[in-house]
Amino acid sequence: MKKLINAADSVVGDALRGLAAAHPSLRVRDQVVYRASGPRAGKVGLVSGGGSGHEPLHAGFVGHGMLDAACPGEIFTSPVPDQIIDATRAVDGGAGVLHIVKNYTGDVLNFEMAAELCDDVDVASVLVDDDVAVQDSLYTAGRRGTGATLFVEKIAGALAEEGAPLDVVARVAAEVDDRSRSFGVALTSCTTPAAGKPTFDLPDDRVELGIGIHGEPGRRRAPMAPARELAAVAMEAVHGDLPLQGDLLVLVNGMGGTPLMELYVVFAEVDAFIRGKGARIARSLVGDYVTSLDMQGFSVTVCRLDDELTRLWDAPVETPGLRWGR
Amino acid sequence: MDTAFFVAWFEDAAKVVRLRRDELTRLDAAIGDADHGANLDRGFAEVRAALTDWPPASPVQALVSAGTTLIRRVGGASGPLYGSAFRQMGKTLEEPVTLARFAGAFEAGVVAVERLGKAAPGDKTMIDALAPASRALALAVREGLEPLEAFERAARAAEEGALATIPMRARKGRASYLGERSVGHEDPGAASSALIVASLATVAGGVS
Repeated sequence: MKKLINAADSVVGDALRGLAAAHPSLRVRDQVVYRASGPRAGKVGLVSGGGSGHEPLHAGFVGHGMLDAACPGEIFTSPVPDQIIDATRAVDGGAGVLHIVKNYTGDVLNFEMAAELCDDVDVASVLVDDDVAVQDSLYTAGRRGTGATLFVEKIAGALAEEGAPLDVVARVAAEVDDRSRSFGVALTSCTTPAAGKPTFDLPDDRVELGIGIHGEPGRRRAPMAPARELAAVAMEAVHGDLPLQGDLLVLVNGMGGTPLMELYVVFAEVDAFIRGKGARIARSLVGDYVTSLDMQGFSVTVCRLDDELTRLWDAPVETPGLRWGR
Repeated sequence: MDTAFFVAWFEDAAKVVRLRRDELTRLDAAIGDADHGANLDRGFAEVRAALTDWPPASPVQALVSAGTTLIRRVGGASGPLYGSAFRQMGKTLEEPVTLARFAGAFEAGVVAVERLGKAAPGDKTMIDALAPASRALALAVREGLEPLEAFERAARAAEEGALATIPMRARKGRASYLGERSVGHEDPGAASSALIVASLATVAGGVS
């Protein structure tokens, strides 16, 4: 598999150098991405992080109206506590820091360890677990954090920018996660630079349903089908867990290797499905936001909005990956 | 068991993890995210470097330094889990180190992994290799065995435990997302745990 890399073990660092060079609004120090403007006194700081390979998540969402810092780990590997501790101390403007953590064993452990060691900073954390493909039971590590992470980072970021206190930012962040559900479908696996070959084999006439964002296999395989049917599988799974009603925020997300045109084909089917349930897409995003390297496929994330969440979603944001209103 | 023994243990573990790196990654590709071999190799190389750059003055220091290095450098779940195991072993170990004291500290390390990972035997995790190894060590102490034989038994128990994860359905970690589809694959964390326990026997036997 051909890759635009210098060496498998320098990809993350090389990409961060490029990110810093491309975006003067960012600073990269010791594998942490910060806003160049630094912390603002009295504003709650937002720190997220996770394995690399999901770009633009998380580093591409550092900036006004979203994150204050992102801690990228190695590819598909959570960051280490040192990165999270550095980031937490650096972005604290005296109002405390919110950790936005995707629910994966490694991310949870490393963020917990970091929070414990940052006893000089008021830290709260929110766990994102929106993927309905995983049964949330005693028999799993719980639902994975996927597309809703972007919603949580955007809405909590807007609230923090307005000067809301830490407990309120944390509560609303958790509420966004509560109101959000996702489901993903893969047409291909992905190839990590270290392995050099696809993580799993998927025949041309099969799709993988209920995939996560690390090239891990999904819940089951099914025959390849028209976009309408694949979108319906994803939407039925979401709807079965959280009935679609009222105004919805909908992300049709590319997994990294999907043409945008195909994502719009999927979006049209998602829109039709939602109308069929009597709900309405009030806000939407279509594109590569929470990716899995070069995987082909899509995920759909739905959040049930209310007026306040809609207002916070619409608030100005200026990051490499998301920007409007400013 | 002196400081040199513990340093040699980590050096042998680092060597074996490098040798078996691709195999561990293949196991992880089947039910996880294909990075276990690479991450552990990176971590144990860092441990080796740390123990060379700052030679530990005691077994306790060797264990705590190795554990801290794994927590600080590896990331993922394996970094904190292995790191906490070695740190807890270090914090519990009394010196001079006897087999009985080693076995007690090893058990404390296993308990630390269980607590942090909220995993129990049968969940298809590292615990399924480490818990049998710990029981084998405790039994060896009661039977008054020499370290070499005790470690050989622990290594066998860990390896059997790792293989016993094949028919299990994962209930923790990334493999749990697969549900029934995790059945039929050896757990990569249990496999690497068995390798690290086997290094104890290798070093005690003096063939490295």
